[in-house]
Amino acid sequence: MAQLTQRAATFQRTLSAAAFSVSSTRCLNTASTSPITVETSLPFTGHKIDPPSRSVETTPQELLSFFRDMALMRRMEIAADSLYKAKLIRGFCHLYDGQEAVAVGMEAAITKKDCIITAYRDHCIFLGRGGTLLEAFAELMGRKDGCSKGKGGSMHFYKKEGGFYGGHGIVGAQVPLGCGLAFAQKYSKDENVTFAMYGDGAANQGQLFEALNMAALWDLPAILVCENNHYGMGTAEWRAAKSPAYYKRGDYVPGLKVDGMDALAVKQACKFAKEYALKNGPIILEMDTYRYHGHSMSDPGSTYRTRDEISGIRQERDPIERIRKLILSHDLATEKELKDTEKEVRKEVDEAIAQAKESPLPDPSELFTNVYVKGLGVEAFGADRKELRAVLP
Amino acid sequence: MASAFMQGVGATTALSSANYKNSCFASPRSLPERKGSFFVIRSDGSLSSGLNPRNSRRGTLSTNAVATKQDNVTASTASKPGHELLLFEALREGLEEEMDRDPRVCVMGEDVGHYGGSYKVTKGLATKFGDLRVLDTPIAENSFTGMAIGAAMTGLRPIVEGMNMGFLLLAFNQISNNCGMLHYTSGGQFKIPVVIRGPGGVGRQLGAEHSQRLESYFQSIPGIQMVACSTPYNAKGLMKAAIRSENPVILFEHVLLYNLKERIPDEEYVLNLEEAEMVRPGEHVTILTYSRMRYHVMQAAKTLVNKGYDPEVIDIRSLKPFDLYTIGNSVKKTHRVLIVEECMRTGGIGASLTASINENFHDYLDAPIVCLSSQDVPTPYAGVLEEWTVVQPAQIVAAVEQLCQ
Repeated sequence: MAQLTQRAATFQRTLSAAAFSVSSTRCLNTASTSPITVETSLPFTGHKIDPPSRSVETTPQELLSFFRDMALMRRMEIAADSLYKAKLIRGFCHLYDGQEAVAVGMEAAITKKDCIITAYRDHCIFLGRGGTLLEAFAELMGRKDGCSKGKGGSMHFYKKEGGFYGGHGIVGAQVPLGCGLAFAQKYSKDENVTFAMYGDGAANQGQLFEALNMAALWDLPAILVCENNHYGMGTAEWRAAKSPAYYKRGDYVPGLKVDGMDALAVKQACKFAKEYALKNGPIILEMDTYRYHGHSMSDPGSTYRTRDEISGIRQERDPIERIRKLILSHDLATEKELKDTEKEVRKEVDEAIAQAKESPLPDPSELFTNVYVKGLGVEAFGADRKELRAVLP
Repeated sequence: MASAFMQGVGATTALSSANYKNSCFASPRSLPERKGSFFVIRSDGSLSSGLNPRNSRRGTLSTNAVATKQDNVTASTASKPGHELLLFEALREGLEEEMDRDPRVCVMGEDVGHYGGSYKVTKGLATKFGDLRVLDTPIAENSFTGMAIGAAMTGLRPIVEGMNMGFLLLAFNQISNNCGMLHYTSGGQFKIPVVIRGPGGVGRQLGAEHSQRLESYFQSIPGIQMVACSTPYNAKGLMKAAIRSENPVILFEHVLLYNLKERIPDEEYVLNLEEAEMVRPGEHVTILTYSRMRYHVMQAAKTLVNKGYDPEVIDIRSLKPFDLYTIGNSVKKTHRVLIVEECMRTGGIGASLTASINENFHDYLDAPIVCLSSQDVPTPYAGVLEEWTVVQPAQIVAAVEQLCQ
């Protein structure tokens, strides 16, 4: 057994000093649900709170699903990159590749009744919340079958049934909204939490601290998640924040720093945070993560950081590679099976794109739908009521 | 200041039903049904006589109350049962009734809870409904407005009170981007049934920053509705309608109107958010106004009547969208329009209204539209200067005289 572990250890990254410890027997490739305990690569750091343990309970099924989901997200973002360059996606397109572990790990720890709200880097979180590839691509291309009927675009993905509240373009504005979701959850006493996500750039917004103050004052079940990818557009975090320890910025609100490239660490942290928030009010999670692409498609991403840095992270900390190594070391699947999964995922994405390309453009009358909701004393006319008449749905 | 007078929401029936068939655009409302009976006007054409079925009192709406030419006719009000109250009490009554009716309605704002509201609109509600439903927020307009919008996305119906409308400028991003646009950008998935209300307008020497009129800033935000109340009767009705509306509504109150007294019906009533109010029917000139300027206009009207003019005064109430139906019918009758508003001259409600009327009713106008608005200056502290910033009755009289030459 020790030899197996030894061989497994050599399989992994040669650069980092982390070690996996296996405490259950190896499982065959049957996607079973027998538990495996894995240790996260880095410990958690707490601020005014005792961090959770590094040992995470997981199952082969979960690990394989992590792999598949992350591969799907990665593939989707890369495909979006090509679509943007082919001018099928216009405007702003902010890609999430590199940060998939946060989306996937969070989903594993919560239910669809919990709410997630995030900023504009929302494609993968949308997918995690139950959005389909077709809805995503159609929305990106501005077609009718998009999740927001083509009227939102890349920055406005929403999925009400999945508890995904978007999708917001203005930096930081989603955090008070997130506290509002938490307020509603407290109001209706439904034992769910809200994850309000923001980036290291948004962490310097005043409304964040205002919202945090209110959440702490009223013990709202709000979990503020800072996805720290170290760059606020083109400005590195040390150039924008006096104190880049974002998990400590809550001051009176406890915080936890998590390795955001490790899906299992994210899962553990979110589970811990959910339990905490339901009892005690807000908590801040800082996910130490990285984005491979630039801020958006119009940013090459290499003017403010070196290519070596990017490829270094890709080699050492890539979330998909980490799970791949974990799966292989536990013999949950063979190398070929994982490659097949990736091929499958690629095919799925290509099919979805083809289908999305077939989807029709919105009807011109859609310009005026959904401006107002049909209700008491309301009609969707413009200020002069004459030309802008719409047929309400 | 007028202390008690009846306004009829449906008073336009007497005047406009004849013109209905000839109107240049068909309103989806079926006008003939508006005569005579008591009902709630729904603009999708449906009627309900009697409002909330859970409410034991039969809902009635006095639609045919005639707007009397004299303002202070207490005699006509004494014959109608009801109760007398001040405007802020009317707002509170409307708010309380809605909070009783729907447990999802909640209020948030600065000092609304334990303090009772800086203008006493929420007095006593925190004791009755609890601290969570009448929430005292810290001084953080941007984020508590955002919080209200987030809560509304899940189905709650929050009412945000800005202690003074001017403070809501801090929440402009939330109101514009999230409140107004979320229903559209989410493809209809989320409804934002918030009500944002607060006092604005020029008060008594409150200084420039506390005398702002935000109607002009908010009017271009797509997706919101704006209404301005001016009497206890319409304050209560509009408050209730705004709370029941599925859209975000901004309810503009005025600092100086909170102590207006009027007799309002005991029965429940909900007014139409998009309808203008015929204050005084007339023949010679249409005067369009809203909020506090209504009283300046009515004061000027007394003088004008003595001089032999017959102005038609309409309180437009709905600032977005405009009730061009009522306004149009009036223009077709009088052919002269005077707009009296408290907004700034540049880019104010009057400016949009002038453009709208010119676009739609140009052929019916005998003279160019005259718009009297506040001066484009920060409101000064000195009383005399402040008086000159705002439109005074004498100016209204002069404008009418010139218009009707």
